[in-house]
Amino acid sequence: MSTGKLAVRRFDAIVVGAGGSGMRAALELSRANLRVAVLSKVFPTRSHTVAAQGGIAAPLANSTEDNWHWHMYDTVKGADYLGDQDAIEYMCRRAVEVVVELEHMGMPFDRLENGKIYQRPFGGHTQDYGSNKMAMRACAAADRTGHAMLHTLYQQNVRANTQFLVEWMALDLVRDPQDGAVVGVTALEMETGELFLLQARSVLLATGGAGRIYFSSTNAFINTGDGLGMTARAGLPLQDMEFFQFHPTGVYGAGVLITEGVRGEGGYLLNKAGERFMERYAPNAKDLASRDVVSRAMTTEIKEGRGCGPDADHVLLKLDHLGPEVIMQRLPGIREIAIKFANVDPIRDPIPVVPTVHYQMGGIPTNFMGQVVAPEGNSKEAIVPGLYAAGECACVSVHGANRLGTNSLLDLLVFGKSSGEQMIKDMLSLPRAQRNLPKDAGENTRARLARLDAAASGERVPEVLNDLRRTMQAHCGVFRFPDDLVQGVSKIKVIAERAGRTFISDKSKVFNTARVEALELENLVETALATIVSAEARKESRGAQSRDDFPERDDQNWMKHTLWYKEGNRLDYKPVHLRPLSVETMEPKVRTY
Amino acid sequence: MKLSIYRYDPDKDAKPYMQDYEVTLDHGDRMLLDALVKAKAQDDTLAFRRSCREGVCGSDAFNVNGKNRLACITKLAELPEHVTVRPLPGLPVIRDLIVDMTQFFKQYHSIKPYVINDEPPPERERLQSPQERDELNGLYECILCACCSTACPSFWWNPDKFVGPAGLLQAYRFLADTRDQATSERLDNLEDPYRLFRCHTIMNCVDVCPKGLNPAKAINNIKEMLVKRAV
Repeated sequence: MSTGKLAVRRFDAIVVGAGGSGMRAALELSRANLRVAVLSKVFPTRSHTVAAQGGIAAPLANSTEDNWHWHMYDTVKGADYLGDQDAIEYMCRRAVEVVVELEHMGMPFDRLENGKIYQRPFGGHTQDYGSNKMAMRACAAADRTGHAMLHTLYQQNVRANTQFLVEWMALDLVRDPQDGAVVGVTALEMETGELFLLQARSVLLATGGAGRIYFSSTNAFINTGDGLGMTARAGLPLQDMEFFQFHPTGVYGAGVLITEGVRGEGGYLLNKAGERFMERYAPNAKDLASRDVVSRAMTTEIKEGRGCGPDADHVLLKLDHLGPEVIMQRLPGIREIAIKFANVDPIRDPIPVVPTVHYQMGGIPTNFMGQVVAPEGNSKEAIVPGLYAAGECACVSVHGANRLGTNSLLDLLVFGKSSGEQMIKDMLSLPRAQRNLPKDAGENTRARLARLDAAASGERVPEVLNDLRRTMQAHCGVFRFPDDLVQGVSKIKVIAERAGRTFISDKSKVFNTARVEALELENLVETALATIVSAEARKESRGAQSRDDFPERDDQNWMKHTLWYKEGNRLDYKPVHLRPLSVETMEPKVRTY
Repeated sequence: MKLSIYRYDPDKDAKPYMQDYEVTLDHGDRMLLDALVKAKAQDDTLAFRRSCREGVCGSDAFNVNGKNRLACITKLAELPEHVTVRPLPGLPVIRDLIVDMTQFFKQYHSIKPYVINDEPPPERERLQSPQERDELNGLYECILCACCSTACPSFWWNPDKFVGPAGLLQAYRFLADTRDQATSERLDNLEDPYRLFRCHTIMNCVDVCPKGLNPAKAINNIKEMLVKRAV
């Protein structure tokens, strides 16, 4: 069972990543009695879904009138009309189903007096197609919704006997040269340092986002875009990578997330004059406007000298007026974070906050059944056989140019499930036998590892990483300037070359975290290149991309998805799906809140 | 500041040893994890787990100056100038600060950590009053960091037979859930001289839990349920 020295293990399906979408998909696959292996760099409940706080969107209408049409409208508008309307309709129509299912699995949602799931308002979620009445659509477990959801999904996978390969890192996709079908992955068992070839009839990438390309980020250390790097190295494109969301409320100086649920419960932002400045930028939704809008407003306040503190470099999030009871009951985790990371008790004092990189709207291009699609021949969206992607690493695209809060956890459940369903369907229609592995399977991975093991000198990983993150922060931020972008592209290209010359002194086989970090750096580099090259090329402002030289949205020329290829940093474009599945197209309008 | 860190790489070391690191802190370094990351930047052979860096994922539990804590929410300002960091006690060391948690998770799995309700699910959510839901507070927040179980002498002695505080806290989480129907099966599974009754109320678990949870209280609640069932 080996190709050269590489040990081979065979499965029906491999899921790379054990966050919300990976575990939701694994549940479908395990219940269908398929041989599935879920790889994760960390024990499943350590995945970054655990850090989600405020809620998961579903129009249950438990507290306010609501329906999926309104949710769809809000999502299309929130996405600044770059989202695919078929995928958005699909997600919003399945929201109630997947959230109710999660409740049946044991999710400890907060409750209303009548026993139903508690729902709170969230940014950009409205009633009646964008009216000034907010919809209470965010189903919450206090401010630990992601933690509760991730543990619930893990628990169900324990029950379903899902096989986890814990502390394994996937390194490269293995493709059949005949038709490009994906037939497995190479993967490193961290404890032993052994490299394996994991063969499978289908592979789902569910590796999460890559917020670590920025210096100031709410993201965990593990969010290094591994699936994006694997996809890019396999010659497939990454879509809409210029759209990185800055969450308005990261703890000043620490970057730790403070949920938008704080503003959902009635908290608001103040500048140094004590003014509730969002009233000027978004007269209707105020502090509950979309995240891109709020982050730009905050940055403008700071830029124009109205920031708080001795350096006038942050604003304040006030919530003491909610009272200790609401804070203890609905926002206990936030209080813990504020005390630990900002030295303030929000029951008495406001929390210093700044916009902080949080979420990657772009990713691996897929359709709403999780199948990875890429241009081939006459088609802009030919299915790549055997490869699927879901969650933050995928671009379906339901979030377009800006994601609404609470739509990410929903994305994980809906597309985790639909990917699992599609994988089962595809496997049933295909011959049961595994394809033959290509002769050189795993050679590229082996070469990468051999270089790293042999290098006796070179660039140090933490230094290259630090330069990468600082460059992205300085050149591709909330507001983007043409010169910064152009310079940023050449700087990141230089950093990418340095990343190819890294050296580690740790040569041990056993749990070599230096090797893991060097391999992660390569994935971060692909992600950063995709992001800044795509951002430089897009000559308009839309959602999270705000250009100083092109301040307006340009639907004539730019209502299209970017596709970035690693080879030569080539760009391609494809149209946005403007036709929903069953309703009328939601036509682009000027976006105000 | 000075860090003394437990080092052991079975690939090259005959036995474990302590290594000292001198770390210069910057303005932005608040937590012990920041200092560990700096030490690793000096010496990439230092191995430890970490992820969320905000106390919710449970990766970076270590023994810090004799007490089990999460490095990412342990404030440097509250530590002395010289800090000793060792792996969690009682579990086999894989390398440096990384322990083998197999036994810990085996015990967690043994309590059937999932809601069991075999009735056909309703079309919408199962109802639960806010008061019933409140019963889960202080239980569901566990992050499985293992600070408690690896601070428990009973778990050190019988990690294969005693469920340990983390597993028992979760056992009670499902006993306390009004949606769960497997109460008697769960109690049967725990009524055993070792699985539950090795807890001697030493209370180390309560003392170390970085999330402020109280496994001892949950264990006591299970014992009470067993007594009630017997009479």
